[in-house]
Amino acid sequence: MNRLQINDVSVIYPGMNGGEPVRALSDINFTIEPGEFVVALGASGCGKTTLLSLMAGFIQPSAGYLTLGEHDNVEGLPRVACGMDLNDQITGPGQDRGVVFQKHALLPWLNVVENTEFGLKLQGVSKAERHERAAHFLKLVGLEDFHQHPVYQLSGGMQQRVGIARALTNDPKMLLLDEPLGALDALTREVLQELLLDVWKETQKMMFFITHSVEEALFMASRLIIMSPRPGRITHEFKLDFNEKFLECRDARKVKSLPEFIEMREKVLAIIHGDEQEGGMH
Amino acid sequence: MNVINQDAAIVASESVESAVEQAKPVMKPLKPLQRFKALFAAGPVKPGDAFGAPGQGKSTMISVVTSISLLLLWAVSTELGWIKPLFLPSPFDVVARFWEVATEGFANATLLEHTGWSMFRVFSAFALAMLTAIPIGIFMGVNRIARGLFDPIIEFYRPLPPLAYLPLVIIWLGIGEVSKVVLIYLAIFAPMALSARAGVKSVAIEQIHAAYSMGASRWQVTRHIIMKSALPEILTGMRIGIGFGWTTLVAAEMVAAQAGLGFMVLNAAEFLVTDVVIMGIVVIGIIAYLFDLLMRWLERKLVPWKGK
Repeated sequence: MNRLQINDVSVIYPGMNGGEPVRALSDINFTIEPGEFVVALGASGCGKTTLLSLMAGFIQPSAGYLTLGEHDNVEGLPRVACGMDLNDQITGPGQDRGVVFQKHALLPWLNVVENTEFGLKLQGVSKAERHERAAHFLKLVGLEDFHQHPVYQLSGGMQQRVGIARALTNDPKMLLLDEPLGALDALTREVLQELLLDVWKETQKMMFFITHSVEEALFMASRLIIMSPRPGRITHEFKLDFNEKFLECRDARKVKSLPEFIEMREKVLAIIHGDEQEGGMH
Repeated sequence: MNVINQDAAIVASESVESAVEQAKPVMKPLKPLQRFKALFAAGPVKPGDAFGAPGQGKSTMISVVTSISLLLLWAVSTELGWIKPLFLPSPFDVVARFWEVATEGFANATLLEHTGWSMFRVFSAFALAMLTAIPIGIFMGVNRIARGLFDPIIEFYRPLPPLAYLPLVIIWLGIGEVSKVVLIYLAIFAPMALSARAGVKSVAIEQIHAAYSMGASRWQVTRHIIMKSALPEILTGMRIGIGFGWTTLVAAEMVAAQAGLGFMVLNAAEFLVTDVVIMGIVVIGIIAYLFDLLMRWLERKLVPWKGK
């Protein structure tokens, strides 16, 4: 089974105008287990997006390394020490990690189905197979009737559906979602939260999801990590099952008003507010 | 605003009267004066417009009336002899001269030949600029070495008036067709290259990242993302470029031309044939405007997503 491992990763940005270097991420050790839905939550500047960029391969760590593959790590030891090869190391972006952005990532000169099959076309997949796979995932996100629509005429929610279908069509090992619902109105947002959970259940893919909304984080996550700035690091981790509860009862409002949900929400809010006040004093 | 509100008030009060009469509100058709005023109205007002950005609303009718008034003023002032024909011939003389030059010719060439030569010069320079400026501009956008190489050259000569380097072009390339085309080409090249470069810079980083995450190579990103994204700006650059081309035409045809609209105008000015001067200017204006319309149509066809 595929897992994503982050081993002793730090990211240090050189200081602006000769200032102090900035530690965006400090000594991150973290594993996303097969089929896990991990949500990252934290105040601005805590390194959530940096962490996602590392996983996507858009940036390289200053120290440490990331792997994505089927090998298991030996507890407490770096892989090299265990005599394992590093073939699974992430060195750049690739089609095994699909990325969904907040916005601006669709290609306006292509219609819905052309956007969805764009990755397959780059890889030289035949037209018939491209269409078949694109059609499958467009159906999964509820866009089966919009194949020929220009993407710039779609609403924000529908554009994000295309973004999700496009990332899935390449059959990645995991999806990286950088605040994918952040620019949507509250109603569309809830509809797409449910859609993403359905997609997760259907495809069994690993998910790494960034959000600013505590409620969204609790609702979506199998595991919630809370990050803290200066230096960016993971401070809290919670195992959650509200997403499973939703997939059973299919009533999002009911899940979000459970006493344990509300209790958890207050707890997480207290942690984050603590961080922000600490940050404000700097 | 006041005008519309008054009109609305009139219409409203009339419909109230008719409601009293017929016990059934009927909107009366607008009176001729109101209909005339409505032509100049700003159009339906959206909520927030009154205190929104200044200058909203339709302006077409005002432009039409301005143009017609100017033409009328031109016709009246010249026909009544307020201005001597040497300074401003009447529009009817200009039209008559247009017909004469079109059929019999002026300075050893018909209007069609003059126009043909000028269009040949401008459009061959334009084609040459498209073939070179767009690739170089894109290359400047995606490659820092190319940017370092071409930036000082383009930025140095771009603000210079073509007339300033015309003598140099003639010394280097002679007085034949080549120097004329090159002068126009240089005027078109800079805005086109800079637009292509700006187009490359306007690509959203998310689009590039998304393509890499779908397994694109560097070349595929350039080909499928950057060049497509830059297309709206490239088309804008082509529009600006061809404008510069027409502006430079007269300068290019100053030396040793046998035919051409610019040459025709200059030649007519030497002999004080003012109606040919005006006619030539109008013809250049019309051709340039028609080509701009064509470019705008192309823009709507090729980049319908622009600004969305």
